[in-house]
Amino acid sequence: MSAGIDLENVVCDFGSFRAVDHVNVSIKPGEFFSFLGPSGCGKTTILRMISGFTEPTRGVIRIGGVDVVGQRPNQRPTALIFQNLALFPLMTVAENIAFGLEVRGVDKAKRRARADELLQLVDLPGAADKFPSQLSGGQKQRVAIARALAVEPAVMLLDEPLSALDLKLRQHMRAELRAIQKRTGVTFIYITHDQGEALAMSDRVGVMSHGRIQQVSDPREIYNNPVNGFVASFVGENNIFDGTVVNPASGMASYETSLGTFRARLGELAKGKGVKLFVRPEHTAISLTAAAENSVPVTISEVSFEGSFISIQGKAAGGKTLVAEIRNDGAATVPAIGSAAFMSFDPARGAILPDAETDR
Amino acid sequence: MQDLIRRYGAGLTGLMVLLVAFWLLMLVIIPNITLFESSFRPYLPVVEMGGPKDVYSVNNYLKVFDGSIETSIFGMSFMVPVHIRTFFLTIWYSVTVTLACFVLAYPIAFYLAKIANPKSVPTLLLLLFVPLWVSEVLRAFAWWIILALKGPLNSLLLSLYLIEKPIRWITDYDAVLIGLVYTYILFMLFPIYNAISSLDTNQIEAAEDLGASRWRIHWRIVLPHSKPGIASGAVMVFMLSAGSLLVPSILGSTTSQWFTQTIQQWMNDALDWNTASAYAFLLLFLCTAFVSLVMWIFRVKLSDIAK
Repeated sequence: MSAGIDLENVVCDFGSFRAVDHVNVSIKPGEFFSFLGPSGCGKTTILRMISGFTEPTRGVIRIGGVDVVGQRPNQRPTALIFQNLALFPLMTVAENIAFGLEVRGVDKAKRRARADELLQLVDLPGAADKFPSQLSGGQKQRVAIARALAVEPAVMLLDEPLSALDLKLRQHMRAELRAIQKRTGVTFIYITHDQGEALAMSDRVGVMSHGRIQQVSDPREIYNNPVNGFVASFVGENNIFDGTVVNPASGMASYETSLGTFRARLGELAKGKGVKLFVRPEHTAISLTAAAENSVPVTISEVSFEGSFISIQGKAAGGKTLVAEIRNDGAATVPAIGSAAFMSFDPARGAILPDAETDR
Repeated sequence: MQDLIRRYGAGLTGLMVLLVAFWLLMLVIIPNITLFESSFRPYLPVVEMGGPKDVYSVNNYLKVFDGSIETSIFGMSFMVPVHIRTFFLTIWYSVTVTLACFVLAYPIAFYLAKIANPKSVPTLLLLLFVPLWVSEVLRAFAWWIILALKGPLNSLLLSLYLIEKPIRWITDYDAVLIGLVYTYILFMLFPIYNAISSLDTNQIEAAEDLGASRWRIHWRIVLPHSKPGIASGAVMVFMLSAGSLLVPSILGSTTSQWFTQTIQQWMNDALDWNTASAYAFLLLFLCTAFVSLVMWIFRVKLSDIAK
């Protein structure tokens, strides 16, 4: 039932603006795949091309091995969940869910039975005869999912459907969406600009910028081994150092900066000019004495208590601010503001990466 | 009111209220009450007015039943009072005009609201409006010229070899219908355009994504959403058509008679304002009843239309 999707050299131009630039992705059947990127990066255009509302300027789109370019949205085995859900306000919940079946000529009793079944699946029994305006945000969300599932799509496309919900509900719906995806086995393609959502739900994430895919990988890999500065900065926070690479050898290199020479991993694409050193705040340690390597003396300038972790800012020589996050295990010692300390990082946790997007 | 006085001062507020009151009372309410009152009184020579014969009755209203003529309905012959026949033909052709306006206006409204490039919509709307700058009389006369037997429309069709001999357009009610559709179509177009504009395009796309054909999208999504707009357009076109005097007078033929023309004949030819008033109120009440009935059938509420 679920199908894989292949995008081959897909290009989409709107006039002189290139929204999607030579995208190549292969999404496996039954996978939860997210396109993550800032607004205007082309992720919604990709979704609209898969569903058929926008035609690619060039390239091939295959769903389950079949080239679908030129097919109308009502001919494709996809179901799209819109950002504003687009429930039909003049129809009841049951009629909304059964709309796709009505279109296919399924008789009334069967439609109703299927709608009730789907309402069970999305955990919303008893709402069948209500109108969408009588439902809460989370309930509408479930109806939209049920409506899309009713047509038994091979691929579900979700266009930031959680963005209108409040934080608590959003986190709850994440787990819910993931569970529904596992239960139905349908391929989910999820569009979001929220890195937390993408990392928490997806099997794989494709990070996009300016119409290009920067990196496709599983969430861990995206977070721990970003391929370039764009991915590193878009997904998570960083301490960023400017400098030059010296002595590259077997994946590691030394990196000369105004704050000293550090040793760190050398990213695959980090050749030539325009590379920077990226270190995550939670991989940055703080100590009163200098560490063996990669250590920077700082003056503590700000401490902010975040609950599960404590964020500490330190000013290094030349005014550069570094951030370290330490886990709050209940006994963590927090240096006083104004005191002197050292911030350091493990060479395996620092990455030398191209500082911007990769042109490829 | 307090708000108005604070903003414009007592003098200006008083003037505005007085002007509105004058307009409503002197130009709308009192003339109508006068006509309504006189519709129940007999038409008498001036000297007998207020005399013993001047009593209230519904005789003026009953005059519609006078003077039957033979009329064939679905192939069967009936004797129908001539004014009642005129009344029903007026209603029937007004309904036809309303339907024709809807059939023409809906696709245009949908195109303007959902398909046309938003940048060109103001220009297109302006082009639709421009004819309204010309007086209704001139526009009706223009159609009279266009539709003439040796007029431009026939010569165009002849020169394109679409017809072999000229068509007589101004016959029976044909030209009246064309004229009324042309005159009132914008009253249908704009409410529908507004209604469709307010429809979220995502709903159309969602329906298409779920597999709906173009027809079903219109039937299940666009039409139900635009029902209030269609209803208010239909009410306006129907009432304006049934109450139109100018177009039927100019584009009518020897065999066409509009109920408003009958009223005018009572008023201007027979000089019997009393009966004319009675007929005018008949038209008003029966049209209102008819519109209410149709609204009830289509489950449209007055509040939907007033939006």
